[in-house]
Amino acid sequence: MSDSGGKDPGVKDPGGKDPGVKDPGVKDPGVSDPGEAGRPAPARATRRVGPFRSSTFRLALFSMAPFGVLVVILFGFLYIGTVELIDAQANATIEAEVRGLSEQYNGRGLGRLIQVIQERSGVNGEKGSVYLLTGPDLTPLAGNLRSWPADAVQKGDWLSFTVQHRTGDVVTTQQIRARPFRLAGGFRLLVGRDMAERQEFQVVIAKTLAWALGITILLGIAVAIYLSRKLLRRVEAVAATSRTIVFGDLARRMPIDGSGDEFDHLSASLNDMLDQIEQLMTGMRAVADSLAHDLRSPLTRLKGRIEVALRRGGDASEYRKTLGATIADTDAILSTFNALLAIAQAEAGAARGGMLPLELGRIARDAAELYEPLAEEKGIRFEQSVADGIAIVGHPQLLAQSVANLLDNAIKYTPAGGAIALTLDESGPNAELRVADSGPGIAPQDRERVLERFVRLDVSRTTPGSGLGLALVAAVAKLHRARLTLEDNGPGLKVTLSFEKAPAGSLPVDAAA
Amino acid sequence: MRILVIEDDADTADYLVKGLTESGYVVDHAADGREGLYLALGQGYDAMVVDRMLPGLDGLSIVQALRGQDKRTPVLILSALGQVDDRVKGLRAGGDDYLTKPYAFSELLARLEAILRRGSAEAAEPRLKVGDLEMDLLARSVKRAGKPIDLQPREFKLLEYLMRHAGQVVTRTMLLEGVWDYHFDPQTNVIDVHVSRLRQKIDRGFDRPLLHTVRGAGYTLKADQARAEQPRADRA
Repeated sequence: MSDSGGKDPGVKDPGGKDPGVKDPGVKDPGVSDPGEAGRPAPARATRRVGPFRSSTFRLALFSMAPFGVLVVILFGFLYIGTVELIDAQANATIEAEVRGLSEQYNGRGLGRLIQVIQERSGVNGEKGSVYLLTGPDLTPLAGNLRSWPADAVQKGDWLSFTVQHRTGDVVTTQQIRARPFRLAGGFRLLVGRDMAERQEFQVVIAKTLAWALGITILLGIAVAIYLSRKLLRRVEAVAATSRTIVFGDLARRMPIDGSGDEFDHLSASLNDMLDQIEQLMTGMRAVADSLAHDLRSPLTRLKGRIEVALRRGGDASEYRKTLGATIADTDAILSTFNALLAIAQAEAGAARGGMLPLELGRIARDAAELYEPLAEEKGIRFEQSVADGIAIVGHPQLLAQSVANLLDNAIKYTPAGGAIALTLDESGPNAELRVADSGPGIAPQDRERVLERFVRLDVSRTTPGSGLGLALVAAVAKLHRARLTLEDNGPGLKVTLSFEKAPAGSLPVDAAA
Repeated sequence: MRILVIEDDADTADYLVKGLTESGYVVDHAADGREGLYLALGQGYDAMVVDRMLPGLDGLSIVQALRGQDKRTPVLILSALGQVDDRVKGLRAGGDDYLTKPYAFSELLARLEAILRRGSAEAAEPRLKVGDLEMDLLARSVKRAGKPIDLQPREFKLLEYLMRHAGQVVTRTMLLEGVWDYHFDPQTNVIDVHVSRLRQKIDRGFDRPLLHTVRGAGYTLKADQARAEQPRADRA
């Protein structure tokens, strides 16, 4: 025992200390192996539920228990009722016989009585009947009992006792229920009946009850095992699928067997959740990819500039100039980064959480109020006609940024003396937000293209800008499921965002005012 | 003024500690969240600059723990997470202001000064006064040297913000956030146009200008040019 102590994983003592395996035991992988192999086993056991530990099994057993109780009650009633009936019948028969016999005695005397008793207890008599007529001193006169029963138990008017017969070697015991009767002249009469029938019935009932109970229990366990196996298999299928998903296979889906039961429903909702997660993951990956792609080139340019400056050398003022330019570059990269992040956020739908009912006019007016002085300073007429109380569900910051970008563009490309107009009105079920300018406009073939990231048309090369303004507007439009159209304003550009209106009642009170 | 900087990145912490020390603050530095919270609870600091993502205990938890102990030390949260929702979370946790990385040091300094003085400035006084410029918040009227000045609602709000931060440097981003509630950078510097319009209304016709441009940082509204501080960022 001390020898195997180190190897036995069940022994609590960390076996290596055992003198029997002292030296090699601690480090020998062969010894520590069974312990380690034994360790993951309980972990796996907690993971997988056996049919007997499942809640279905317990539930099934639990639901079978009332049937067991019902069986016992049913047989109990049957037993008691039948035994009473049998007893009552026996009693009635015996009493009738006692009455008949005592009439015989009273009418025709002792001789006749003895004759009748001998007839009835003879070979032709009724089987199972017991008769005994004794004198006042209990000496038997007639009947098929040898003597007055000594071991009789008296219960009311009734006696019960056992009689043993010997037929050859076989001894049979009879349970007798009898009625003693005192006749005139001191004679005593005992009429009884073998209760074997009742006993047999008792045995039959007990056996049936045992069988019924046994079958009920076995059936219960069988049904419970079957049910829990069946349910466990489906739970296990879901668990196995989620395990593969945990290990990285996001494309896997929960099994649906088409039965439309609660498991199918559960699997379907889990699958919906997984679809959403996968979509978000894909979105995030796309964001990361495009960020990497879009930032790599300006960062490379920045690095190039620094390297050139280092290689060329020069005095402090040259370096200072390069550093100043570098800061300007990093600022540009940062603003590009922020714009890209906002676009990515809108495109990935991650901003959907920040959407709420809002008054679109308020956002338009705020942006107009911010940009109007800029237009005025540039000598551009700024017209605005913004309808009140138009509600949409939207992301306030992203919408504000979009309107700001549109106004910014309009002011940037409209020459002095021109005009820009900001309009918000209703058109059927839609809210239409328009920014129109009298600038050079965009040729029809370029209108799709300018919505992409970093696309700057040749005409605008000389104006500052990242080429992300309209891309953000497009992404925000997509986030809001709004239609974005670029049209000719003759001359100039007209950009229309067509949102689906939200019911005006959805606005918070202060915003609707 | 004692400032506690809780920042795990050694370079950033070094840059912050140097910059703040040069600006005249006494600065302590903690490199992880637990040490930071320990210092913040034990010592009396006038303000704290807390990075949001820290080893040990994150910045928001530090602020929450601090507020849970009923310590009202003003906190500026620094974070690389710049979405509106992140800001809201930071401010809900008990932060007084939220600055997204990367930031200009002048921006950080301006915001730090703003939260340092917030306690006195936020008092619900019905009148604000800077030099001879007076603002009646109830009547929504502005006078300079007794002469009424007519302002548009947004100009009024802009001036109110500047007056509440009188003597401090106010950056363009602070104005966009505080006056317009815009948490993004418009491509053009629209704020400059608004400020120069406001300047025309409050400073034109008076020999002492109140509204000054701080190069490379923002603006400041102050009564006495002679006492004007050099923008600290330029010294740094």
